[in-house]
Amino acid sequence: MRYLITLTRIAQPETPPPAELMSAIMRLGQEATEAGALVDQSGLRGLAAEVEVVGGKLTVSDGPFAEAKELISYAIYEVRDEAEAVEWANRFMKLHRDMWPGWEGVSRVFPLMTF
Amino acid sequence: MGSVDPIRTVEAVWRIESAKVIATVARMTGDLGLAEESAQDAFVLALEVWPAEGVPANPGGWLTTTAKRKAIDQLRRQGVYEEKLRELALRPQPGPEPELLTLIFTACHPEVAVEGRLALTLRLLGGLTTAEIARAFLVPEPTIGQRVYRAKTALRKVPIELPPAEELPARLASVLEVIYLIFNEGYAATSGESWTRSDLCFEALRLARVLAALMPASSEAAGLQALLEIQSSRLAARVGPDGEPVLLADQDRSRWDRLLIRRGLDALARAESTGVLGPYGLQAAIAAVHARALTFADTDWARMADLYRLLAHVAPSPIVELNRAVAVGMAEGPEAGLAILDGLPLTGNPHLAAVRGDLLDRGGRAEEARAAFREAAGLTRNAREKALYERRANPGSS
Repeated sequence: MRYLITLTRIAQPETPPPAELMSAIMRLGQEATEAGALVDQSGLRGLAAEVEVVGGKLTVSDGPFAEAKELISYAIYEVRDEAEAVEWANRFMKLHRDMWPGWEGVSRVFPLMTF
Repeated sequence: MGSVDPIRTVEAVWRIESAKVIATVARMTGDLGLAEESAQDAFVLALEVWPAEGVPANPGGWLTTTAKRKAIDQLRRQGVYEEKLRELALRPQPGPEPELLTLIFTACHPEVAVEGRLALTLRLLGGLTTAEIARAFLVPEPTIGQRVYRAKTALRKVPIELPPAEELPARLASVLEVIYLIFNEGYAATSGESWTRSDLCFEALRLARVLAALMPASSEAAGLQALLEIQSSRLAARVGPDGEPVLLADQDRSRWDRLLIRRGLDALARAESTGVLGPYGLQAAIAAVHARALTFADTDWARMADLYRLLAHVAPSPIVELNRAVAVGMAEGPEAGLAILDGLPLTGNPHLAAVRGDLLDRGGRAEEARAAFREAAGLTRNAREKALYERRANPGSS
């Protein structure tokens, strides 16, 4: 079963992301690849535009946007069940909790429609 | 808002970690059966402890440490711990290679009968129970139990380590074959009602991904991964609304899974970058010709025929010739395809009869074509396939 796992930032400390966190994320990614579970991923370079329909009106805006609650990255996992996808998201978020004090965010696990 | 059931979390961690835990303990003790039992014991303890105390910071490490302790307890109870320690001290220490890879090569050891390799691989690497494997292979549970038991017995005299360099190509071929057979068992059931059993396909694809990730320099590991990614991309499209098979020519290509195709083409590029394609890499290249064609009519049959010629060269078999006949029949006309079929030692093979039927049909020899499809329908053991051939044997009657 295929899952989309997104990472959204809620609050970020002044400090840059620690190098230790970055290498731990790389290691986790390698581990998930070697488990045959991680099949696609990418970081997002930011938000380029919003195209919105509200009250029958279409608006296109290209920012600037408030940086709070920004979508940071996504990953696609193929695993045997939902609990396994949640476990990978859990490991990913634990790294953030343990290695970047003050950072807050949420990982969301969406089942995708496939075979 | 509910929180996730802790039992399900333990089970998920188990599925992710169990093969590595078994591999580590097997390497430590040199005893596969003991390793599997100890890992199971650690899992049972985790089911008791984690829901109450929380999942440990490093759950894989916890399971491994616990399983090692259980193994040592067991050896002590048998009074063989000291002896085992001495034996281990004499053995070369495990090298830096991944334990998981060692377990894969051990489960697929040529010492074990092929059926046993499949069952053991699904059990140790896939974490499937004997009952689940039995259901997947449509055989009674005790049969799988026997195969696993015999496999473990055969492996008792085998050291749990990676093969030496000179044996690696042959041993890798056995690993690739096991994964491919598991996939095929799911992809086209040889008997019974079910046309695909996608759980087996998924497990084989996962194992191919694991192997390719652990052996990044291996052309054939990448080739097998590419092949299975691309074949899996068609799983949804090859079954119709009533469960009937849909042949490649008739598939709705918008239902092909683009993510898997992209991953398959990436893996094929990795295989090609080594400068040589083996049998699996060539089959992946063939599958890629279909994947790249927007419609069936767009298929590059000349390239397909060339690739089959290469495949027939590195891995000659009547089945490859049969497929080459299809490609040549498309590239150069039905008569050229029929010429290849003549003399193939495939008497009694339903697919040969069906391919002949198709070539005859396209060559305007309708009566002979119907007879060939009648023959194919009489030969196949797959109920869905039989229905398909019967429809072609009696066109217009449905």
